[in-house]
Amino acid sequence: MNKQALPLFEVFIRSKRGLDHRHVGSLHAEDPEQALDYARDVYLRRSEGVSIWVVRSANITASQESDVGSFYDPMDDKPYRHATHYKLPKEVDNM
Amino acid sequence: MKEYTTEIRNMVVAYCIALGDDSLTLGHRLSEWSSNAPFLEEDLALTNVALDLIGRARMFYTYAGELEGGGRSEDDIAYLRDCREYRNFLINELPIGDFAQTMARQLIVDVYDMGFFTELTRSTDSTLAAIASKAVKESRYHLRRSKDWVIRLGDGTDESHQRMQTAINTLWDYVPELFAMPADEQLLLDAGIAVDRSALKYVWQSTIDEILHRATLEIPTGNHSIEGGREGIHTEHLGFLLTELQYLQRAYPGLQW
Repeated sequence: MNKQALPLFEVFIRSKRGLDHRHVGSLHAEDPEQALDYARDVYLRRSEGVSIWVVRSANITASQESDVGSFYDPMDDKPYRHATHYKLPKEVDNM
Repeated sequence: MKEYTTEIRNMVVAYCIALGDDSLTLGHRLSEWSSNAPFLEEDLALTNVALDLIGRARMFYTYAGELEGGGRSEDDIAYLRDCREYRNFLINELPIGDFAQTMARQLIVDVYDMGFFTELTRSTDSTLAAIASKAVKESRYHLRRSKDWVIRLGDGTDESHQRMQTAINTLWDYVPELFAMPADEQLLLDAGIAVDRSALKYVWQSTIDEILHRATLEIPTGNHSIEGGREGIHTEHLGFLLTELQYLQRAYPGLQW
């Protein structure tokens, strides 16, 4: 089999019911069904989870390094977007 | 542990050892793919299955040793018997061949195991029934993989189709042994302990037919049969397998990790 031809999949695992799926890594497989099987063999050998998602890496659209300036920097000078910016009245004990 | 008469007990011990031998020889064969599989993911998957099978062998051997009451450990049973004392089905000891042959054998054995261990969960021997319940879950996953690969390769390129067909044809003569019941096993069946293997054939055949059909493979029609494993008559391959498997205990008797 030509491994170069095998598409790459990203693997997400839910470790416990109630928690979110977390990205754990990637693997090569022929199709999503096989990727699911391999995810079980590669990432769940020690009962690390109760649910698996796999998604073709090619289907992920990611932000680019060149976007950093326009994407994230503008937030730096808007402290009022953070809850910590606001002084709470004494009556509100914990929030 | 159940109270058995000496005669029945000895037969149950032999039964456990034969079942352990099936798992150990096949598990060892699959472990030969470690670091040699077509790619990393498959390498891990194959060795996972190998570990399932070796774990199964350990449970059968441990129980055999306990029943026997002579102090033999699982290691003694695995490492200190020669070819003629091994009782595995011949199909399990055959070399791994190419990847198609490994997967074709896996399909044949996995479908058989699903039928066999499902029945064994109903054994009157509670230890055997417990081992069987665990084995069924494992085999269901093993079968999912082997079925997938046989269909993928059978219904794949010209070369993969040809290789898979050759593999199925090569292994076919070793199938009848799986369903032949020796006299001792018949007695255990009458006692509610063993599984009627001859009754598993029909479902096995129809499951295999369906999978081979989906894989666009020909179902072999020959009815030649190569058997002898349950009587300790083996192919030339088992000696080489045991030489490697038992090397450490033969060279350094009693060695512990």
